[in-house]
Amino acid sequence: MNLSWDKNKRRISGIFPHIPLLFFTLIALFPIVLIVINSFKERKAIFRTPYLLPTAETFSFKGYITLFERANFELYFLNSFIVVAASMFFILLFGAMAAFALAEYDFPGNPILGLYLAIGIMIPIRLGTVSILRLVVSLGLINTLTALIMVYIAQGLPMTIFILTQFMKSAPRELKDAARVDGASEYRIFWLIVPLVRPALATVAIFTMVPIWNDLWFPLILANGEKTKTVTLGTQVFLGQFVIDWNAVLSSLTLAMVPVLILYLIFSKNLIRNITAGSVK
Amino acid sequence: MDKTPVKPRKKFPFHIFVFLAPAVIIYSLFMVYPLLDSLRLSFFSEIDGKEIFAGFSNYNRLLNDPNWKPRFWGAVKNNSIFFVIHMLVQNPLGLALAALISMKSVKGRDLYRAFFFLPSILSFVIVGFVWQLILSPLWGIGEGIMGFLRLGEYFKPWLGLEGSALITLSLISVWQFIGIPMMLLYASLIGIPDELIEAARIDGANNWKIFWGIKFPIILPTVGMVGILTFVGNFNAFDLIYTTQGALAGPNFSTDLMGTLFYRTFFGQQLQLGNPTMGATVAAMMFLIILIGVLLYMFGWQRRITTYDL
Repeated sequence: MNLSWDKNKRRISGIFPHIPLLFFTLIALFPIVLIVINSFKERKAIFRTPYLLPTAETFSFKGYITLFERANFELYFLNSFIVVAASMFFILLFGAMAAFALAEYDFPGNPILGLYLAIGIMIPIRLGTVSILRLVVSLGLINTLTALIMVYIAQGLPMTIFILTQFMKSAPRELKDAARVDGASEYRIFWLIVPLVRPALATVAIFTMVPIWNDLWFPLILANGEKTKTVTLGTQVFLGQFVIDWNAVLSSLTLAMVPVLILYLIFSKNLIRNITAGSVK
Repeated sequence: MDKTPVKPRKKFPFHIFVFLAPAVIIYSLFMVYPLLDSLRLSFFSEIDGKEIFAGFSNYNRLLNDPNWKPRFWGAVKNNSIFFVIHMLVQNPLGLALAALISMKSVKGRDLYRAFFFLPSILSFVIVGFVWQLILSPLWGIGEGIMGFLRLGEYFKPWLGLEGSALITLSLISVWQFIGIPMMLLYASLIGIPDELIEAARIDGANNWKIFWGIKFPIILPTVGMVGILTFVGNFNAFDLIYTTQGALAGPNFSTDLMGTLFYRTFFGQQLQLGNPTMGATVAAMMFLIILIGVLLYMFGWQRRITTYDL
């Protein structure tokens, strides 16, 4: 009697947390799902049956066709891809190199340099925009992807160096010492250590990649020409012009969301594990 | 973890220079130099393409000139409201969700976590437009849902009304970013050793008491970190407002934040030319606000709270 009462109680208390959690899941996902399903419908169905999945009669690619006829979305994707890939590559490479030096060598000014590089974690780079624009103009880089890449590298480095330094410090000493005894150069030792901090690199990659892909501010200011538009800026401009074309609006939103969502689904498990791993050290 | 780095060489180590140079050069050139140069510009005026030292006159103009004063203080006020709504809604809700999914008995936590975090990886542009569509009376989604809940008569085009636009945008931003405090707090909640919780349970403490008496004090440093991250992010916000309300942050500047004021000042708007030095002045004020926030956090909060070594 007493036992089964206890069991019931436990079952009820096991269900209880799911009520708010499911409710919140609905709130988090509903807007996204709504946009995606309606982007595959014809105009009438968008308004008549917004909550239903597209059916054979209501299915339509019209919005996507408009999109590719009227805007250079292929180009925007290519631009975003180049900017994100190049920035990430240099953020991770230069960040890992600097973190290695800060973690490995006791040179005069090490703590001060670490602090100098960490200031950028708290101070948003946007506040220097007036001078960044002047600098970019004077270097002849206005309306180029290079300008965006340079700014994003600078933006991504502080956090990357800060996190990687912590991880580099915990790399096993024996490995480095053994390599040094064998006469390996310091550069060689760096490349031995890099694979050991791979999980940290993955986390840093996601954390710096998402804001770069999503940024509107710098593309708007440094590279707003048709040839250098990123997906985020392209979508923003396109949406401004096609407000009345619901098919096109919904399709462009879906198209801008989907690549990020796919990446997220691929990496989320890893990402979440790495965030939580940091605390269970 | 080893705290004493090795000293492999005595002479000036060239490889250290090689390791550090690329990061330090790019960071200094594209981040530190622009920030300092921007601060310098805020003390100059540009007349006929020439920079002339102007002392504090830009600041004086921003704070006292009848054209600038209402815009500046309006943006400060709106930005403070924006921040307070995040602190009152986003962070407590994020904590509640983190507490729920960190419970041992809850199944499917990986999925929940992934779902709650999902909106925060989308761009403001998308999020702004999605919500604009949902709240649009034309599509009628918002109205339809309110009607379903028998609240249809209370529906209004909130984004277009002076009294509700800022609150609506704040809540949209909360919707987008709630996953970040949730994730950070969750990570520190699951770092608490089980023995501690079990010991309290044996002493007869219930979940509620365990949370507020044991878990919350332990994760307090993370709570503070969430607070300062929210502060810096909020006082730097721009994209969401620009996307949904335009650079003029309407209706009637009711959604104007420091970021939109900065953009308008720097680049101009329909009737007004852009003014880089005044733009730099607005940026300098943002810098000051963020700096005060960070210093308060470092010296007013971090120094006072106890950190538990687990």
